[in-house]
Amino acid sequence: MAEDQRFDKFLELFNKGKEFTEELLRENQRLRYRLATIEGEVKQLEERFHEIEAENKDFAARYVEIEEQNNNLANLYVASYQLHSTLDFREVVQIVEEILINLIGARTFAILLLDEKTNDLQTVASEGDDAMPGIDKISVRLGEGVLGTVAHGGESYYFSQDPRAGAVGIDRPLAAVPLKLKDQVIGLIAIYKLLQQKEAFAAVDYELFALLAAHAATAVFASKLYSQSERKLNTIQSFLDLLTTTS
Amino acid sequence: MDNAKFLVVEDSPTMRQLIAFSLKRFRNAQVIEAVDGVDALKILAGPEKIDLILTDINMPVMDGLKLVSLVRQNSELRDIPIIIITTEGAEEDRERGLALGANAYICKPIQSSHLIKTISDLLPA
Repeated sequence: MAEDQRFDKFLELFNKGKEFTEELLRENQRLRYRLATIEGEVKQLEERFHEIEAENKDFAARYVEIEEQNNNLANLYVASYQLHSTLDFREVVQIVEEILINLIGARTFAILLLDEKTNDLQTVASEGDDAMPGIDKISVRLGEGVLGTVAHGGESYYFSQDPRAGAVGIDRPLAAVPLKLKDQVIGLIAIYKLLQQKEAFAAVDYELFALLAAHAATAVFASKLYSQSERKLNTIQSFLDLLTTTS
Repeated sequence: MDNAKFLVVEDSPTMRQLIAFSLKRFRNAQVIEAVDGVDALKILAGPEKIDLILTDINMPVMDGLKLVSLVRQNSELRDIPIIIITTEGAEEDRERGLALGANAYICKPIQSSHLIKTISDLLPA
């Protein structure tokens, strides 16, 4: 009897152990499935993380690009605004000088205007003649040399794109940009040396050159016309005053 | 950094406008302009409380280095951050400007983003 009871007890314990083991196996199976699911999710998250990281890098690059464009637009806006802010010839020339120094970073340069009667290009303003003696009194015939050719053809010249360029000189500047009213060239800007901290022209500089080519020409032309009309007005006024007094 | 008052000391109207344009990035920024060091000192002696000075070096009447030196010697003004913005890019010029008390030295032509970052580093958030 006692033997049967022990056997039943053992059987009961054995069955409980079996159930427990089966339960553990089921739990194990469930956990394996959960682990596989989580591993899949982690993989997906890792992929998403890399995607977002790449997007983030892309956004950062675009931010830098937009910042640069913003900076360039600010430069162009200010340059254009200043050029058309006055009708005084000397002030216009001074503004062109300021743009060349502060926005482009030119250290040595000359602004030349074309004398339509003599067809000569002559310096009207210059900066840094210690580095390039003679730029304060350049006089070049239209069509002669690099400067004359730029004024004649109306196309900009860049030293870096000239395969024949030896060294920078009066007639071989780093850049020569014509001042154009439509197709009519009224002068040019010649840059000979950049500021110490500026190694080469930047992309925005070429935009500024394009802006200067058109807007500086308009501003210079308008200011010259204005001063001429002022002079004529004064002459006529003096003549009228004379007539009034004598009659 | 909102409502900051900037004093821009620069003889070139083009540069003054460009700097003022860049400073619009700061919300409600107020830009006060001076054409040289003497003009700047008059403004600093007035009722306006300036948060940061941006000055050129080469200016008529009084240059930027003299201005930096005088501001640093004045007990009421000496804590105002100063940024020098100049065409003078030589290392000895930079060292001289910083030795006189400028907090930062930026060479022209300026990059707006660089200027904004420099100001952000100097002004409390």
